[in-house]
Parts: sequence; C-alpha cells; structure tokens
Amino acid sequence: MLTGLLLGIGLLALLALVAAGSGWVPGQERRAARAVHGGCLVIGLGFAGVAAAKLGMGLPEVPMALPFGPPWGAAVVALDGLSAWFLLLLGLSGASASLFALGMPPETGRVLVPFPLMLAGMALTLIAADGFTLLLGFEVMSFASWALIAADHAEAENRAAARRYLMFAVLAGACLVPAFGLLAGPAGSLEFSALRASPPEGWRAGAVLALGLAGAGAKAGLVPLHAWLPPAYRAASGPVSALMSGVMYKVALYVLARLLLDLCGPVQPAWWGVPLVVAGAVSALFGALRANMEAEIQPLLACSTIENIGFITLGFGLTLAFRGADLGPLAALAAGASLLHALNHGIFKTLLFLVAGAVRNAAGSQRIDRLGGLIHAMPVTALAALVGIGAAASLPPLAGFASEWLLLEALLAGWRVSDIVFQVVVAAATALVAMAAALAAAAMVRFFGLVFLGRPRSPRGAGAREAPLKERWALLLPAGLVVLLGLFPGLLLALAAPAIRVLAGPATPTPATPTPAPAGLVLVAGEGASTYLPLAVALLLALVLVTLWFLVRRRSTGATQRGPVWNGGFSDPPPFLHFGDPLTQPGAAGFAQPLRQMLGSALLGAREVVMMRPPGDPRPGHFAAHAADPTPGWLLMPLARLRDGIAARAERLRDLTIRGCLSLSFGTLVVLLALLAWLEAR
Amino acid sequence: MTFGQLPYDVAHLFGGGMLLLSFMLLYQRRVTAVINGLAIQGAILACAAAWQGGMQSAPQLYLTALIAFAAKAVLIPLALRVLIRRLDMDRTVDTAMGVGPSLIAGVALVALAILVVLPITTGARAIAREDLALALSVVLLGMLMMITRRNAILQVAGLMSMENGLILAAVGVAGMPLVVELSTAALVMVVLVVAGVFVFQIRERFDSVDVSLLDPHRGEGR
Amino acid sequence: MLTFGSIIVQALHLALVLAAAPLVVGLIRWLKARMQGRRGASPLQPLRDMLKLLRKRPVLAENASMVSEVAPYVACTASLVALACIPSFSRGMLLAPVGDLILLVGLLALARMALALAGLDVGTGFGGLGAAREMSFAVFAEPALLLCVLTFAILAGTTNLDLIAATFRDGGLGLRVSLALAAVAMLAVAVAENARIPVDNPGTHLEVTMVHEAMLLESSGRHLALWEFQAALKLTLWLALLSAIFVPFGTAPTGAGPLAWVLGLAAWLLKLGALCFALAVFESAIAKMRVFRVPEFLGAALLLALLAAALLFVSTGLA
Repeated sequence: MLTGLLLGIGLLALLALVAAGSGWVPGQERRAARAVHGGCLVIGLGFAGVAAAKLGMGLPEVPMALPFGPPWGAAVVALDGLSAWFLLLLGLSGASASLFALGMPPETGRVLVPFPLMLAGMALTLIAADGFTLLLGFEVMSFASWALIAADHAEAENRAAARRYLMFAVLAGACLVPAFGLLAGPAGSLEFSALRASPPEGWRAGAVLALGLAGAGAKAGLVPLHAWLPPAYRAASGPVSALMSGVMYKVALYVLARLLLDLCGPVQPAWWGVPLVVAGAVSALFGALRANMEAEIQPLLACSTIENIGFITLGFGLTLAFRGADLGPLAALAAGASLLHALNHGIFKTLLFLVAGAVRNAAGSQRIDRLGGLIHAMPVTALAALVGIGAAASLPPLAGFASEWLLLEALLAGWRVSDIVFQVVVAAATALVAMAAALAAAAMVRFFGLVFLGRPRSPRGAGAREAPLKERWALLLPAGLVVLLGLFPGLLLALAAPAIRVLAGPATPTPATPTPAPAGLVLVAGEGASTYLPLAVALLLALVLVTLWFLVRRRSTGATQRGPVWNGGFSDPPPFLHFGDPLTQPGAAGFAQPLRQMLGSALLGAREVVMMRPPGDPRPGHFAAHAADPTPGWLLMPLARLRDGIAARAERLRDLTIRGCLSLSFGTLVVLLALLAWLEAR
Repeated sequence: MTFGQLPYDVAHLFGGGMLLLSFMLLYQRRVTAVINGLAIQGAILACAAAWQGGMQSAPQLYLTALIAFAAKAVLIPLALRVLIRRLDMDRTVDTAMGVGPSLIAGVALVALAILVVLPITTGARAIAREDLALALSVVLLGMLMMITRRNAILQVAGLMSMENGLILAAVGVAGMPLVVELSTAALVMVVLVVAGVFVFQIRERFDSVDVSLLDPHRGEGR
Repeated sequence: MLTFGSIIVQALHLALVLAAAPLVVGLIRWLKARMQGRRGASPLQPLRDMLKLLRKRPVLAENASMVSEVAPYVACTASLVALACIPSFSRGMLLAPVGDLILLVGLLALARMALALAGLDVGTGFGGLGAAREMSFAVFAEPALLLCVLTFAILAGTTNLDLIAATFRDGGLGLRVSLALAAVAMLAVAVAENARIPVDNPGTHLEVTMVHEAMLLESSGRHLALWEFQAALKLTLWLALLSAIFVPFGTAPTGAGPLAWVLGLAAWLLKLGALCFALAVFESAIAKMRVFRVPEFLGAALLLALLAAALLFVSTGLA
C-alpha cells in the first residue's frame, strides 16, 4: 500500500518533468495540460481510495524505511490513521480540482509544473514517519505553491503577493526545523517512534509548543500570521486556489496536530490547549469579519478559510486540554469535531473556489461590483454554489453543520476542566465561535446574493455563459459530496476512529458510538444525552417542505405573473441602462456597511469617508470605504524595520579592511570551537 | 444551605438583580433613565435587606431596609431629578469611554471579582461565595461608572451604586455588627456629595465670571 | 421512544402550534391596539389576511429567479420543524430526541438565510439593506443565544430541549441568578430575532430604518402569505421556547394521560397569553431605537449571557 503511495508521488514528480519538458516543444501545451491534469485526477482518486481502504479496513500501520534519506538515517514512511484521514481529503479535493482544470482552457507551463509537485509534496508530508521527510515534503509543498502564486507574474500586485507568501513560508520552515530539533533532543533520532518515546519536558516543551504553533500557524494562516493569505488568492486560478485552500492549510494543520498532539506525547498539561483555543477563536472571528469586507470573491473565500482553520485549531486545543485533564471521551469529541471539520471544509471550500473559478472564467472578473444576476446565465453553477454556501454557513443538514455541532458540543463541555481561567476562556471562545459562524453566514449571503442574485452590474458580467460540461461535473462532484458528508457524519466519524485515537489517546470511544438501531447515523455528545440525527432532520425537512408545497399549491392559483420590479415605487431606470440602474443595487461595500460600522471600525480599523458637495455644485458626491487589517502593521512593520537595520549593519561589514575581515572569521572560528568544547564537556 | 432552598435563592436573586441594574446604569444613555435605574436598585437593596432581616431574624436590618428605601429609592432620585430640571442640565450621558467598551470592561471586572473571591472563600458555601462575588462586582461597576462618565450627576450615581454594593455585602453576612450605622454613615456621605454637586453647579452657573473664563481650559466639556 | 402516545402528542402539538401561530400575532396586535386606545382588529385578522393572500396570484419581478419562489417554502419549513421540536403541553413527543438547541439555532439560521437571499434576489436597494442588517444583527444575537445554551448545558448536562425542560422542572435547581440573567439575555435576543420594537417595527412599511419588512417588499400572493406565516411561526417558536425553558411548570410529563395533557394545555395557553401581554406592554411603552444602537442592545445581552455562565462556574466549578 505504501509502495503504491510512493509510486503515486513518483508519478506526480514525473508529470512535473513531462510538463517542464513540453515547454520546449511548441504547440504541445494542450496535450501536456491534459496529461498533467488527467494524471493528477487518477492519482488523486488513487490516494483517496488507499486512504479509505486503510481507514475502513483498519489495516495495520507498518513503517517502511526507504533505501535513501538524509546522512544520519533512512527516510521512513508510514500510514497511520491521522495520515490516512488527511490523505483522503487530499485525494478527494485534488481529484475535483484536477477535473475542473481539465475543463478549463489549458494553463501555461508555469502552472503545469508546480501543480503536480505541490500534490506530491503534500502527500509526502502526510505519509512521512520521520521529521526530515516531513519537513522535506512540507518545503516542496511550500515552494511549489509559491511558484503557483507567482505564475501570473506580469502584475506587480501578484509579485508582491508571492514575495510576501515566500516570506511566511520561510518563517514557517524556520520555526518548524528547530521545533523538530528540540523534539529530537540529545538522542538525535528524528524517527516518529523515537520522538514519541522521549516527550519533551520543561522549557523544551514550551519552546516546541511556541515554535510549532508559530510554524504551522504561519502556513495555515492563523491570526496574526495571516497577512499573506488574502492577496495570494487574488493571483491564483480557480483549481489552484481550491487546492491551496482545501488541502494545503489542512496539511499545515496536520503538521500541527502531529507535532503537538502526537509526538509530544499524551502527558502534556491541560494548559497546552489554551494558546490553541485562543488562536483558533481569534482567527475564526477575524477571518469571518474580513470575509465580510473583501471586495473580490477569491479573497473573500480565503478569509472564510482563515475562519475555518480557526475552528479546527480550536478543536485541537480543546483536545489537548481535555486530554490533559483526563477527560478521554471529551477529548475524542473535540478531536472528532476537528477532523470532521477539516474534511468538510476541505470539500466545501474546494467547491466554492471552483465556483469562483467558473465565475471568473465566465464573467471575466472576480470583483463583486462587476458581477451579479449570474443565476440566470449559470444555473448549475449557482446550484453548486448554493450547496457550498449552505455548508460554509453551517446550515443543517449540510456538511458544515455536523462538524460545527460537534465543536460546539465540545465547547459547551469545556467547563468540565475544573480550572476557572480555562472555563472563562472557553465561554468566551464559545461566544466568538458563534459570532464567527454568524459572520460566515453573512459573508456567504453577501457572496451568493451579490454575485448570483440581483441584476448584472457590468456588460461583461451580463454576457456570461454557463460553464462547460467538464467544469459543471467538477462542480457537481464536490457538491454531492457535501450533501453526503452532511447526511452521514456518524459513519465518517466511525471511519475516522483510528485518527481520533492518534489525537485523543488510545482506547477512547468515538463520538458516534454505534447506538443500537441506527448505527453510525447519530452524533452523540454530552455522555449520550445530546444527539444530532442528520438523516432524520433532512427527511423531516423534506417531508414538511413537500407537504407545505402541496398544500399551498392546492389552495393557491397556479401561475405566477411577471411584472416590473416594484422597488418601493421608485421610477424605472433610463432606457440606455438595459439592466437597471446599477446604483440602485446594493454593492459590495454597501452590503458590508452595517458590519463595518458595528465591528469593523473597532477590529479592522475600517473607515468611511463621505464627501458631500456644497449646495449648488452639480458634481456627484463621493463615498469611499476601506478596511485595513491592523495585524500586518503590528507584526510586519517591526520585522521590516529589523531587517533593514540588520541589512545596514551588515553593509558596514563590507567596508572592513582585510585584517578586519580575517579577524572576523577567526573570531567566529574560535567561538564555534569553544561552543563545541563546552557541549562536549557537558 | 445550597441552591434549591427558597429563602437563599430569593436573597441571591436580589443580588443578581442589583448586578443587572448596575449593568443597566452603564448601558443607559439618558440621565433620567440612569436615575430611574438607581431608584430601582435602591428599592431592590431595601428588599434584600428586609429579606435578610427576616431570614436572620435581625430586626435592625428592617431599619436598614427602611432607610435604604426612603433615601435611595425615593428621596435622592427625586432630588437629582429636581436638580436636573432646575439647572436644565444636559440630558444625555457624556461618556469618557464608549458604552460598548465600558460594558466589556464591566464584564471583565465581574470576572476579576469572581477570581478574587473564589480563593479567599474556599471554605465557604457556594452560595455565600456567589453572593460576595455579586456584591464586589456591584462595587467595582459603580467605580467604573464614576471613572467613565464625565457628568457630575452620573458620578454621584456611580458612587451611590458602589455604596449599594457595600451595603449588600454587609447585610448578606449573618451577625455583622454595626450594619445600620454603616449604612447610615454611607448615606450621609452620599447626601453630602449630592449637596456638594448641587452647590458646585449653582456656583458654576451664577457665580463670578472667572469660572466660566476658566472653563475652556479645564479640558473637559460640561 | 416510538410509542403510540408520543405520536399522538406530536400530532396534537403540531395542530396546536399551527393554529396558535396566527392567533399569537393577532392577539398581540389587538392587545397593543387596546393599550393605545384603539379598538383594534379581531385577533383572527392575520389568519384571514393569510388565507386571502393565498388565493391571490403572486406577481414576481421580471428578473426574479427560483430563489424568490423557493425561499418562502424553505424558511417556513425550517421554522415549522424547529417549532415541532419544542415541547408545549406535554413532554416526550416523537421528535423529542431531535429537539436539540444547537440544531434549533441552525434551523433559525436556515430560515434567516432564505429570507435574506429572497430579499437580495431582485437586486433592489431596500432588499439589500434589509438583508445586510438582518445578517448583521444575527452576528450579535447568535452568540448571546449560544451562551444561554451554555448556561442550560451546564445546569442540565445536555443540549436537548426536552431533557432541559425536565431538569429545570424537577431538578430542584431553585431560583438561580444565572438563569435570571440568561432569561434577560434570551428575551433581548427574542425581541431582535422577531423584528419587534425596539429593534425593528413590525407595523411599518417603507421606512428607511426597517429590516424585516424591507426584504419582503417584492413578494406577493402566496409567497407573502408564507412569509407572514413564517414570521408568526417564529414568534410562536420563541414564546414557546421561553416558556418551555424558564416556566416549565404544568407541562405534562412523558407518558402522561389525557387529563395531564388538558392541564398542560391550559398552562401553556396561560403562559403564552402572559408572554403576549408582556410583549404588548413592552412594545407600547418603548420607542424604536436607532439601527446602530442595536449592536449595543444585543451586545449587552451577549455580555449578560457570558456573566450568567461565569457565575455558574463559581458555584459549580469548585463547590
């Protein structure tokens, strides 16, 4: 099985080579694109199949040492429950994105080469069983995605986004490498089994926590390390951003979970959960609020990703806390919530980004203020989008709700950790999570309502056509999955049991205890007292809907009549505006106005400037609204200043005399030797 | 002596009501509404004192209740109202800190009160602890109100609310000596402050020109 | 669970709330009119309005999509399913295991989202304004509600409504300050969710400050009837929820006989009537607030709910 996975990774690398080679032969782009994306589709499905087989049949975990590796030992790969769960997500999301890309006009070599490489890097990270291989895969993923972001490098904005992304990727690496180094400790072996055997203690444990959180958080976009995220998405195309948002952050979160929940051992104290809970709740709030302010659809969805990443991190934090307080079942509940949400979010965010890609291809823009009314031109895409926003807004009975139900149940049980500070933190986190969920719903209404409903806002948008057949299938596949995942979360949790055991410790029951009759169809929490029956709810809703429809239609006359828009009695637009006066429609900034005033001005430094002309001046007044995320200012500006300072300092070294240069090297040598002597003496 | 016993529950509920009213005082934007809230808080304090008097069979607490009701629920609010009408003062609340932030700060203060009360009462019953936490919260919220509001009348309101919290703590503890004296003394102090504000306002309005000349330099709007 | 009695109770409950929903709206209107010195229309008037609207042919805007036609059914369905799970005269209904408070929040969100999308469908200024405000108010109302749920979950150990009602009735919890604070918070949320004064004015049309009605400006005929019915269902839902949690007395226990049902029915009608009366008094006594004070109003509710939970930690955490 592992051989198959490694073969898949090798094939992906080969595809990248093929794509790179095709760049030399003119006129072969179309064929190369088809080969690359087709190959990715097949391999993605293969990954998903292997992972599902591993989870479903409970195959044993056999680590495999590769014949090559770093100088100090062989590279080791293995597939345990946690890896398999994330691999399943990678396969499903990667296959959807590849299928969508097959239907699109062919991409250039700049995208075709790194696309399979990124998939390969993520897969390698997931199946790695030693620190070196994991970091190797992680960095391959980082640099491949950097190349994808920088693909459209003609615009200065995209170049800046790619540069900023690279900075954060380097930061993530710079934090994760020492984290693994500290874990390895004196023994020096980076193999996971060796790391698990000697969990860190004291300051080392604290340092691993801080470094791991910063490293994985920078890659996953946790606040305040999220500054790179929204601009990066402005540049990326639909399938690429779907892959990044659906899977890449999940891989970063996988590293976080692997590092803090698995490798650090089950003995860490309960307060370890607090930083994760706080970071998760704050990320959820900030991400969801920013999603309400963004003017373009891909950054909007990217901000909603920050929110969901926050939810997942919060779940991991709760798992740590419950485990530290010896509350096994609750830890399993929280871990199940996180894992389920990771999968659900991976699928529905893939769907939404593919929808964004379809809209961009069809209507030629991703600015909300140039779109509108697309439901008439693109009904299938609109239907898929509706499913996606329902899940993203966590509406029952769709996918997002099931995992959020579990997460909220875990939060509501947070008071069982008998430490009043933690209890208050969890209560506040509950409020923030609920607020973030409502904000996400608002953002999704804004997304769907302004892009698909209403009237077109630009001539180009009015000329949009439905997406081609392959793209439509690529949309309907994840849309169907979202519905299925929402209806059978209990079965999924049963499938995730091996992964939950890795996170919450062995011998913990899963939240979906197979109760007598409807095994796996019920989600259970609170010692069995709280239940969520998604299938029953869905059937109930369908039954009531059909009955209501039938009754109302029997009573009411059939046909509806069409008439001009009433609009509160306002007059018709002038005839040269064929699709109505765009100014009478709510715009992207206008829809965000209440939230901007209520929360944005306090949290995001949002400002509104209204410029009214003096009486008698016929020129139009002017209104401008903008929101600036303060965290880049807090975080990046000092760092940039530090960099400039160091650079200036280093510049001075160039002016040294030869004697000075020599003494510098000599001094360095002596210091290093002294360090060696001191280390050996210990 | 735990939850579920009516006498204690009712006493407890009175404490909760006072806390709720403290938040309402922070929330209000109209001076008259603040005074109404203050009057209700005084009335609840009187009820709490009377209830405790019945529970502890301590007749002197009835006296406290009577004083609290007469002075805090009726006389002082009346006087403040007259003051506002006579002097035609600004009816809206002038805040140094917005309503939202001060509410959040208030919740933080309550959390602080809980954190402080918990360790020092580890031996006590759960309900006594919660009572003490409530009273301390009322005191802290009163102080917060004095800090975050510019208007003198509102500062008096904050002071009175603070003092209400003190008395609530005093009447809640069985066998506390000098409760009546304490409440009377505090009351006298409040009355003195009200009188002081009264005099000050009058002087500011009708006295020499100097004060009004100095006004712009005080850094605070009236 | 699947006993004959539970099915009967569920069917009776459904019939009861379906009949009660328009009456609740009519009763509040009538009470308000009496308090303001008018004679007022009969409490049956909303029912008559709805029946009349049902018979009228709906007029859709030229560019209205399927959303306008489907959304009212979805919203009504979500509200009705939510209402079907809230115990009225008796506990132990067929749907009791489904009646989870978090699910209830989700169903309310579903109805709200359908309403907001319907408001945006035609692309008019009023609809967009109402949708934006409706979704923004929920940002404060939802966390307040969930913190109330946290309080209940700590006291009852579950989020299932039926079990919470049972615990609050028989659990000997007494009067708790936390519950009182949660009750105040939940009342504020109920007022906001139902677009009542002081958050929104259910009686206005075409006013810049309105929220709920602004989204319905383009709907007519059976769609409008459904929207009005949905609003009535939601109001009934909140009143029933408040009475089920905070005044669970008189409700017939699981597996009781018809006599207990009759008593429970009388108690429920009494409770609902009292709540209607209180709402009418409140609405007559208070003025509508500015839109941008609503976050303060709901934020205060949120903080009170947080306080309720924090006070519970004091008494349960280390006691």
